[in-house]
Amino acid sequence: MAIWLDENSRVVVQGITGSEGAKHTKRMLAAGTNVVAGVNPRKVGQQVEGVPVFGSVADAMAQAGANVSVIFVPPKFTKDAAIEAIDAAIGLAVVITEGVPVHDTTEFFAYSQSKGTTRIIGPNCPGIASPGVSNAGIIPADITPGGRIGLVSKSGTLTYQMMYELREFGFSTCVGIGGDPVIGTTHIDALDAFEADPGTDAIVMIGEIGGDAEERAAAHIEAHVSKPVVGYVAGFTAPEGKTMGHAGAIVSGSSGTAQAKKEALEKAGVRVGKTPSETARLMADIMRSL
Amino acid sequence: MDLFEYQAKKLFAEHGVPVPTGKTATTPEEARAIATELGGKVVVKAQVKAGGRGKAGGVKVADGPDDAFAKATAILGMDIKGHTVHSVLVEEASNIAEEYYASFLLDRANRTFLAMASREGGMEIEEVAATNPQALARIPIDPLTGVDAAKAREIAVAAKLPESALAGASELLAKLWTVFVKSDATLVEVNPLILTADGRVIALDGKVSLDENADFRHPENEAFIDVSMVDPLEQKAKEKGLNYVKLEGEVGIIGNGAGLVMSTLDVVTYAGEEFGGKRPANFLDIGGGASAEVMANGLSIILGDPSVKSVFVNIFGGITSCDAVANGIIQALEIVGNVTTPLVVRLDGNNAEEGRRILAEANSPVVKPVDTMDGAAKLAAELAAAAA
Repeated sequence: MAIWLDENSRVVVQGITGSEGAKHTKRMLAAGTNVVAGVNPRKVGQQVEGVPVFGSVADAMAQAGANVSVIFVPPKFTKDAAIEAIDAAIGLAVVITEGVPVHDTTEFFAYSQSKGTTRIIGPNCPGIASPGVSNAGIIPADITPGGRIGLVSKSGTLTYQMMYELREFGFSTCVGIGGDPVIGTTHIDALDAFEADPGTDAIVMIGEIGGDAEERAAAHIEAHVSKPVVGYVAGFTAPEGKTMGHAGAIVSGSSGTAQAKKEALEKAGVRVGKTPSETARLMADIMRSL
Repeated sequence: MDLFEYQAKKLFAEHGVPVPTGKTATTPEEARAIATELGGKVVVKAQVKAGGRGKAGGVKVADGPDDAFAKATAILGMDIKGHTVHSVLVEEASNIAEEYYASFLLDRANRTFLAMASREGGMEIEEVAATNPQALARIPIDPLTGVDAAKAREIAVAAKLPESALAGASELLAKLWTVFVKSDATLVEVNPLILTADGRVIALDGKVSLDENADFRHPENEAFIDVSMVDPLEQKAKEKGLNYVKLEGEVGIIGNGAGLVMSTLDVVTYAGEEFGGKRPANFLDIGGGASAEVMANGLSIILGDPSVKSVFVNIFGGITSCDAVANGIIQALEIVGNVTTPLVVRLDGNNAEEGRRILAEANSPVVKPVDTMDGAAKLAAELAAAAA
């Protein structure tokens, strides 16, 4: 079992003819993902890695049965690509692109909310992987087999690190929600989905400095999540007022600090590791005790 | 990127938001000349990107040109919260009847835009929010419809402007929204927004933060970069397309992925506590690719920092496998040449064993492979302490 991405997922790649799109289409296919279509209105009828190219997301859905979109188009065109996916009412759109203006994201997220049919993951994220089943995005497919841990993270490489350290247990689904200030799917959305997923026994939640998503997630866990949750927060030693790589990773004044996030999570009963390895050990202990 | 007040006001003026007439000066003589040109009373305002400027003595009223010269002499060169004043804005003095507060901002938590308005203008808004929260109105803005005339009026009413000033204030707010949207801002703030004795509404101060992700559609933003505040290493890194932030410590850090690098800074800081408080010297994310060239660029920037005594290369092989990264490190050492600073390398993930074998075979005297992140952080801190 898994959340949001499973054996029935049929992926369309927006931007399949670009270098990133083509490269990752190949990798997704190698991971066993059912990539059924690509989109580029100027290259209709062509094939990329054996995948047919359609003129629009709507065509890819109608003619190839696509139900998940992965967006690799450059920042300049990301808003239009997301709006196209939302207009086609595809169930899930995963926005990998880094560097999307936050006004654009806020607009297409609001648009997705107004339509109510498309879940957005990202932007600036590695995507979503249900190991051994399907992989929509750029998460390396061979780090871990399937299993019963769910993972939700703002950071790509920390996701990979955690998958690697816990590979003896395996994962149901790993969701990279992205490090931008505005993102389509939050920790809370993933926590709720993992809580409801019979294939997930425990959850790892990775956060980082900036905003208050982790504090909100902590309050949500206290009230709504019964499965064990282990947390990690990056950026305890980040200086105030400096953006640390991710556009959303910034401590502003006294808000958005790692310390406040850790305290909120611990208050909600979440065990928080001091380092990624310690976090993995905490989760390993839980998995062994279940 | 945060703008100076004078830059914010220039943006305001370009979109028709009324601001006082004024110009910037970098010398007392220039301040005197501007005051002469303006005539009458002027205000001399320190241009720094820090709050609490008034309290620190960075804003002074001057009676005329000679007084403007004196006030500028006092303010230029001042230190306000660690920011040196390099320029002042000399403006016509306004006849203030009332002070209000208005802003548009990105509301991260609710993933929308927000207007904030208050009749308590002129003081720090965080203070108003803390001490008198009911005086600060928060009005969500639908990103799909924005601010129309009715919404602008709603905000002006929420700021408790008098009936007679609502039309002028609404017009100003609608234009301020245009500034927010057209310049891809994450914040436009007017504090105070003033009502003058003769009934006009003016933006007396301005604060603007811009979204750097939108720079591709704002080539004009290049002019806003404050060259005097840019760290030379950060500038060099930017030219090479690297994500680098200069920090204060001794352990140079290279990693792939923003989250992993932030985590590395933390782990090194913890490990450094055992070695007299050794800390990370920088944040550097070389991204998922990590080719030899990118690695070499990163290394040369880090080794160009004289405070760096050891380097921790922390790589998780995901998309790029560790054998490619290991080869990249060896080639990078050749490209940079004459590296004597120890390089603690931790490779994990995809093809890690092969990567470690390549490093061992290269037998470089400066490369110290360690299998775990925690262990590598400890060694990097220890080596930095030994070199000090």
